[in-house]
Amino acid sequence: MSFKDTLLNGEQGLFKPNGLTPMQKLALRFVVVGVLFYGLTAIEGMIMRMYQIEPISGINPEHFFAIMTAHPLVGIFGSSYSIVFGAFLFLVPYLMKKPLWSIKLGNWSFILVTVGTLTFWGSAFISHYSPLYTLYWPLPADFSQFSPVGGAVFILGIALVMVGTIFFVINIFKTIAYTPEGHEKVSGRAMLASATGFSWKESIFRKKSKRRENLVSLPVAAIARGTVDTMLNAGIITFTGVLILVYMVAAIFGTSLENTAVDALLYKNWFWWGLDLIADGLVLIFVAGTWYLLAMLITGKDLYMARIARLALWVELIVSWTVWSHHLMSDQAQPGFLKIISGELVTAFELITQGLAFVITLVTLWSARPLKMTNPLKFLLGGLLGFGLAVPAGIIQADLGLNRILHNTQWIIGPHVHVAILVGLTMTLYAAIYFLLPILSNGAKLYSQKLANFHFWAHIIGGIGMGAFMGMAGMKGMLRRTIYYNGEYNLYMILAGICGALLLLAFFAFLYNVIMTFGVRGLIGIFTPAKLKTKELLPQAE
Amino acid sequence: MVDSTLVLNGQTIAYTIYAIVIILLMAWFGYKVTTEGKASVIKAKLFYAFVIFLAVLGVSLHLATNATIPWVSMDLNRANITPDKVIEISVADHQFKLPDDKLVVKKGEIVVFDVTSEDLTYGFGIFRKDGSMVCQMQVVPGHKNDLMWKFEKSGIYTIRSTEYSGPKGHKMVLSDVLEVKE
Ligand code: HEM
Repeated sequence: MSFKDTLLNGEQGLFKPNGLTPMQKLALRFVVVGVLFYGLTAIEGMIMRMYQIEPISGINPEHFFAIMTAHPLVGIFGSSYSIVFGAFLFLVPYLMKKPLWSIKLGNWSFILVTVGTLTFWGSAFISHYSPLYTLYWPLPADFSQFSPVGGAVFILGIALVMVGTIFFVINIFKTIAYTPEGHEKVSGRAMLASATGFSWKESIFRKKSKRRENLVSLPVAAIARGTVDTMLNAGIITFTGVLILVYMVAAIFGTSLENTAVDALLYKNWFWWGLDLIADGLVLIFVAGTWYLLAMLITGKDLYMARIARLALWVELIVSWTVWSHHLMSDQAQPGFLKIISGELVTAFELITQGLAFVITLVTLWSARPLKMTNPLKFLLGGLLGFGLAVPAGIIQADLGLNRILHNTQWIIGPHVHVAILVGLTMTLYAAIYFLLPILSNGAKLYSQKLANFHFWAHIIGGIGMGAFMGMAGMKGMLRRTIYYNGEYNLYMILAGICGALLLLAFFAFLYNVIMTFGVRGLIGIFTPAKLKTKELLPQAE
Repeated sequence: MVDSTLVLNGQTIAYTIYAIVIILLMAWFGYKVTTEGKASVIKAKLFYAFVIFLAVLGVSLHLATNATIPWVSMDLNRANITPDKVIEISVADHQFKLPDDKLVVKKGEIVVFDVTSEDLTYGFGIFRKDGSMVCQMQVVPGHKNDLMWKFEKSGIYTIRSTEYSGPKGHKMVLSDVLEVKE
């Protein structure tokens, strides 16, 4: 095939969008848009990195911080949420062998997350609304620095994403609980109890011989437990958004509300409690679940210590509700016992739960050696390494002694946040994408394995390298969320910039590979209405 | 009290060694899992021992730092310790207001920085000449923000906000305003 043919119709013309079911289209839409938003996040990241080497004259500080506000939110909601939603809306019915409860609602989730992300991104771009994602009170309502209209549009965008998220949550729980026509009737309540882990006493304390079988498989349980945190987080963010909006609407109508009515420390506790449902909740739970699923699919074997893995997922859910104080260790008014119990000790549990997931996955893989080094396996190992590096980095900073000299430095955002997100989470998501690609595309062939290899190496070296150099800068006192004008930390920022460029190259290699695999026509075809009218996940053989 | 540079160096060495080991371990695993060999699983006993090891490791890190990093217990007990000096600082409209143009403390004396915010959430950090951080705390409006510290080295230090408080916040730097005398 000529280059032009491949560009238009994909590798060997194998990808036929007309042959896709509505479910395949839904999942692919989420994944493609999620990947594009990842690209936007990486480009924004690189702009910030260049700015940290040498403040760019065309970008003023207001704009710089607006980029810093949009960047993580586009990354987390626009990219990670989209990819996760697409994958799980497909996988839950796939693993449970029944159709998704509502494809229509799934498409609404897709539209709302995409439009919401574009809305808050656009608002930050135009109005430079930039309270950063931690929104410490009363900063989001400080209208001497920000325009209330820009802020209101920003919050509207976040609200749209949250509505899309709630639709996702409903769809997942309904799919787990409902009995489709023609299937044997199941108790929805029992299914949900098993999925979320609230029948745990049953599986631990009963004798082996008397134990009832789990109603849902382990990966579905992981998805359900992560979805509980997704739901709680959506509630917190929506509530917070409404609170800020009240102040904005009042400002737009010329009234200034008393912002001391909201206690800044209480708000900070509230906000971090909610935010940790993402960082220490759904991310860790979804990731562990994806590791388990991939390990089982790659090896074709049962998971090692499956019962303990199930229990650990449940423990992680509870832990995620109780660790928020590790973000408030440098807040002197925060009670000391909360800093020690929630901030240090319960947080240390994450070493256990994530360590278990790490080992269980590795032992399961080992039980089937020799394995072929496929793309999913490669990226899975990368994802495991990412968390192997980032979780201990987090435990170190969640320490009363060390937090005093690490808080708000580049250490936090480098070896911990970016290594967890870029190497741990993103590589796990890529493993799932490479695995699902042939299933979702009815056997389309990857255009180039060489590009996939480059994608892997450039991403892992770039991700770990960037984290390391940011960490070194942090150790030398470089703060996050600020601007240095005299090249104080230039050596580290240039090295981190080179690694960032590698990450960006990795992304473009992947994007090019995807375009050449599906073809431009194929990619457009993903977004047109499905020709097949079926609720089935995959096209049925004639 | 040990200087915070020593703690930072110790942490850097420990984490770097750990990072190298885990990277090598994963590389070895990736190689081995794809080559011929015995496919086995580890014994349950070993697995549970690993769980216990993780629990001990997580908790002992905090116990170890609690015993060796002196500012931890001083911070937790600061209500019961009488300081040698209290420096009251207020912050409003992205400006620190110091009691004097230059703050002077003596090496080895216990000093409390009592910082009050009149509007936003800020940070309060003390930095050495080479840019490295001595210590920091958050400055939350409506609450008492008091950092107790004992300087081990004489020298000139800079105060800087360590928390984002909007685009204006990055200019909150007071260079060389704190002197620690022998
Ligand atoms: C090539 C890829 C990337 C580069 C070069 C990059 C670079 C950066 C830079 C320079 C900052 C500012 C750090 C500072 O405070 O000084 C930052 C912040 C951040 N980034 Fe990234 N980043 C990348 C990818 C991502 C992705 C994919 C995500 C999330 C999915 C992410 C999440 C964050 C978060 C949460 C922050 C903190 C923002 C804040 O302090 O409010 N980054 N990034």
